[in-house]
Amino acid sequence: MARVPIGPLEYTRRTWMRLTLLATFVFLYAPIVTLVAFSFNDSRRNIVWRGFTTKYYEKALGNSELIEAFVNSLTIALLSTLIATVLGALTALLLWRFRFPFKAGYEGAMALPIVIPEICMGVAMLAFFAKVGWPSGLPWPFSLSAIIIAHVSFSFPFVAVVVRARLAGFNQELAEAAQDLGASEWRVFWDVMVPFMRPGLVAGALLAFTLSLDDFVITFFTSGPDTVTFPVKVYSMVRFSVTPEVNAASTVLIVLTVLLTSAALWLQFRQEKKES
Amino acid sequence: MNTSGDAATTRGAPIIEISGLCKRFGDFAAVDKVDLTVERGEFFALLGPSGCGKTTLLRMLAGLDLPTEGTIRIDGQDMSLVPANRRPVNMVFQSYAVFPHMTVLDNVGYGLRIDGVAKDEIRRRAEEALDLVKLGGFGNRRPDQLSGGQRQRVALARALVKRPKVLLLDEPLSALDAKLREAMRLEMVNLQETVGITFIIVTHDQSEALSMATRIAVMDAGVVQQIAPPAELYEFPASRFVADFIGSVNMIEGRVEAAANGRIRLACPGIAAPVEMEQDRLPAVGSTAWVALRPEKIDITKEVPPEPGLNRVSGVVEEITYLGETSVYHVRVAPDLPLIKVSSANLDRVTRRAFTWEDPVHLSWTSSCGVVLDR
Repeated sequence: MARVPIGPLEYTRRTWMRLTLLATFVFLYAPIVTLVAFSFNDSRRNIVWRGFTTKYYEKALGNSELIEAFVNSLTIALLSTLIATVLGALTALLLWRFRFPFKAGYEGAMALPIVIPEICMGVAMLAFFAKVGWPSGLPWPFSLSAIIIAHVSFSFPFVAVVVRARLAGFNQELAEAAQDLGASEWRVFWDVMVPFMRPGLVAGALLAFTLSLDDFVITFFTSGPDTVTFPVKVYSMVRFSVTPEVNAASTVLIVLTVLLTSAALWLQFRQEKKES
Repeated sequence: MNTSGDAATTRGAPIIEISGLCKRFGDFAAVDKVDLTVERGEFFALLGPSGCGKTTLLRMLAGLDLPTEGTIRIDGQDMSLVPANRRPVNMVFQSYAVFPHMTVLDNVGYGLRIDGVAKDEIRRRAEEALDLVKLGGFGNRRPDQLSGGQRQRVALARALVKRPKVLLLDEPLSALDAKLREAMRLEMVNLQETVGITFIIVTHDQSEALSMATRIAVMDAGVVQQIAPPAELYEFPASRFVADFIGSVNMIEGRVEAAANGRIRLACPGIAAPVEMEQDRLPAVGSTAWVALRPEKIDITKEVPPEPGLNRVSGVVEEITYLGETSVYHVRVAPDLPLIKVSSANLDRVTRRAFTWEDPVHLSWTSSCGVVLDR
């Protein structure tokens, strides 16, 4: 049988494309697969495979410090996502709807946390909280307040950018139609604007959540001596030795984020299918 | 305010009174000192080229734009500065603006829900409105499952369900294809007669306005040029702009030589004999005027027409536009005069057409078939 020539758009049949794809998969996913696989390794040193076990999952679950760090991380992520989403959505609305002096300047300044190196943000936050004398040693969950503020400040621009992009495609006549039918500004916002923004809100919230959950640098600088988040805790565990326990805890985190992301994307997909 | 309002709400008073209405954006006047009244139950059209201010005028009626100057009275009440959500008018938007996240029934019932109408009452009235626009049984569909024409019907039902005093329509047919557009014209007229609500429609399509409206206001550059019923607008345009905008027209420039007793005689460069027209309104003698002649009112013949009292001119066929039921002949009567358009019904097959390119022809028209315009 004669070989069918490769068409101009059939990239998947080109050798160089296949090699690129292979390299991408190897470098992107091999480490993750290794991490998950070795979480079931029956060895303390975790270098050579010595047999299957789930005991490190039990150990990780029994590690109260690790669990506490995990709960802290989730609490911070949830609260900062909530605040960042509201703040980001309102910022996007402001930028979309109004014209004011230095708007371009404001838009740029708002997006600054996206481009500023994390280490600089971390140091700046540390200096800021020290300068204003932010109280430490508060009872939980107020002990997390500094970290939450820091997380909101770097994640809300992401929400704003995503929601702003969504709003660019808004048909102003929808809002006017609602108003014409008797809706006040407030009702127009809730009945028309919010449903329209929803996919952007979901995507933005998702971004904010993952950013907060795995942030290490800024959290490291803003957490007090007695508040530990999951990434910070893992870092301190790894400093002694990379045990399968760390792998197990990380695997749980990966599964959790993948599940949450899939759920959110599925919700968004369903919404967009309804609209198109 | 109250007493005068009560007096004005009696039957027969105009539903809309606009006086001295202006809308300025900086130095630019989108709507410039418009005076307009619309009677109860009228199908009123605002017609004009894009950018003439007709949509701005409609939006001011809806309350979506507020006037810079002047007043709008709806059913006797001053509504000039009342926000859109508190006016007794509803609008069908150009994009239809059907809420994508609601079902058809929820879309139609939205206005009633805001008014706090009871749930089953909303359902009953929304279904009634959907029946009215022939969308009965579509209540549970989502907007993305509807065609453009059906979405427009949803927008109509949604606006009518609130029983407004006036229904405003912004280019409602412009997004539909030609066949559907024609069918919808008739349906809109029937719908308007059924519900008895005053309709005000904005359109740039003159045939749409002529076929649907009881009265038309022609606008240009923010100013109302003429308000008249369709036939009057077509037969007796008040200005060259209106004559040119509504339908097709030949404009023959001339100087008024005599004007008395309803007869006007003009000397037109390029035409040998003086042109004689009949008209009540007489232009000043010695001024420049234009004879506006519709292409279908001019006779085109091979021989010189024998009847006396006709305006005559001879020329050569330079172009022929074939339009199916008619052909338009573009006739050169003088080297520096624009071609005169003459339309003639294709009574016989086009292969046996009486005239062809380069044929010498005679054009003639009666003195009462056109108008003489002085502006």
